[in-house]
Amino acid sequence: MQDAFVKAAERWPRDGTPASPGAWIVTTARNAAIDRIRREQTLAHKTELLARIAELPDDEEAVIPDERLELIFACCHPALAADAQVALTLSLVGGLTTPEIARAFIVPEPTLAQRLVRAKRKIRDAGIPLRVPPEHLLPERLRTVFAAVYLVFNAGYGPPVRLELCAEGIRLALLLATLMPDEAEAHGLHALLLLQDARRDARVSDGRIVLLDDQDRSAWDWPEIEQGRAALERGLALRMPGPYQLQAAIAALHAEETTDWRQISLLYGRLAELTPSPVVDLNRAVAVSMSEGLEEGLALMDAIERLDGYYLLHSARADLLRRLGRTGESSAAYARALELAPSDVERDFLRGRLAELEA
Amino acid sequence: MQYALLIYGDEGGWDALADDERGAVYSAYGALNNDLREQGKLVAGEELQSIATATTVRVRDEEALVSDGPFAETKEALGGFYLIEAETLDEAIEWASRIPSAKTGTIEIRPVVDHSGTGT
Repeated sequence: MQDAFVKAAERWPRDGTPASPGAWIVTTARNAAIDRIRREQTLAHKTELLARIAELPDDEEAVIPDERLELIFACCHPALAADAQVALTLSLVGGLTTPEIARAFIVPEPTLAQRLVRAKRKIRDAGIPLRVPPEHLLPERLRTVFAAVYLVFNAGYGPPVRLELCAEGIRLALLLATLMPDEAEAHGLHALLLLQDARRDARVSDGRIVLLDDQDRSAWDWPEIEQGRAALERGLALRMPGPYQLQAAIAALHAEETTDWRQISLLYGRLAELTPSPVVDLNRAVAVSMSEGLEEGLALMDAIERLDGYYLLHSARADLLRRLGRTGESSAAYARALELAPSDVERDFLRGRLAELEA
Repeated sequence: MQYALLIYGDEGGWDALADDERGAVYSAYGALNNDLREQGKLVAGEELQSIATATTVRVRDEEALVSDGPFAETKEALGGFYLIEAETLDEAIEWASRIPSAKTGTIEIRPVVDHSGTGT
């Protein structure tokens, strides 16, 4: 079976295609069918689109659906500060109240209210337009919009989990994908959020972090995973790969019966090309340790720069060292991770690992 | 709306340019000025003399306190400005991005207060 993702990868600037046995993405044939349907659907497509917008839960009657897209672009204008973009989107597009947003971001209510007032005033006084940006500005502006929506979801993903933010992030991503059906990355973002959300309940148990491998798969939301896969297929069918589709593809691979770590490390490699970041390198190193071997993964990890203050680097290194039997180095790395861990949930997890190691 | 495009840059870098390099920057400014003028966007625009020529004045207790130099010392100094007409911030950003010094310095975009209709 030909992997549709590989087909998409042909358009990428770099050569080399990830081989993918047991393909989980749609077949090329199905992609071609979708393409054909897409071309044939002009009127039918618009009718379907209207139906899908109508299906969106509309608890914010104040906002006319036709203007929501314009509103998102105004709220996420790069001339506004990132925290203001997120708050404004939640308030004006999501219809959340100021106390709700303040609670979600653990910001005093007056502070948040002031931030909203200042941002709205800037939209008015600086002449930020209420419109979908013209073609030549669209890619850059979409990046800001996607980032804001991802931040909304991420703020809810925790730990601790704040359900309303996760739901709102997904709803905003669906809105973007519905209103801009030709933007592959809108579907990619929607897919990514659904796939991450599906594992939300299995991620933390009794206030403790559960690693992916140890998660109770029956606690995953399988219908939501299916929705995520379907959203990803819609994006991939457009043949415009991007970082959100790649991350969604990785998340989808993690939901397979057996995890294809080789494919995952290839996808992380692609992601590193599109959006270079030491965090992506770290994830790739972990995937390589699973597919190629512990030593290979560790070598990649040790080559990562600018990440010494990131607890997950030390925790991942500690794990590899533990499995390599290098106990002393492993507990030193766990200790370093423990110093840097941002919350009690994470510290508890690391203390547990450290105790197991020393037992 | 009117927007002020304030051009900040490192004067040292400007002084270090060779004559032909400086000439190239000036002709790029010339092209921008033409476009602004042709499209009826240009209200005003000037290059300022070096910050070494700046004088600061403050009036306290009805006495003018005059001193040399700018009020605040920063690496990037105000080197010039445009005052333009633009429909939206996006349009102002597009014009600002075309200012040759945007490649080396910083352009601050400030909407101008509209006093028409308030009588002030």
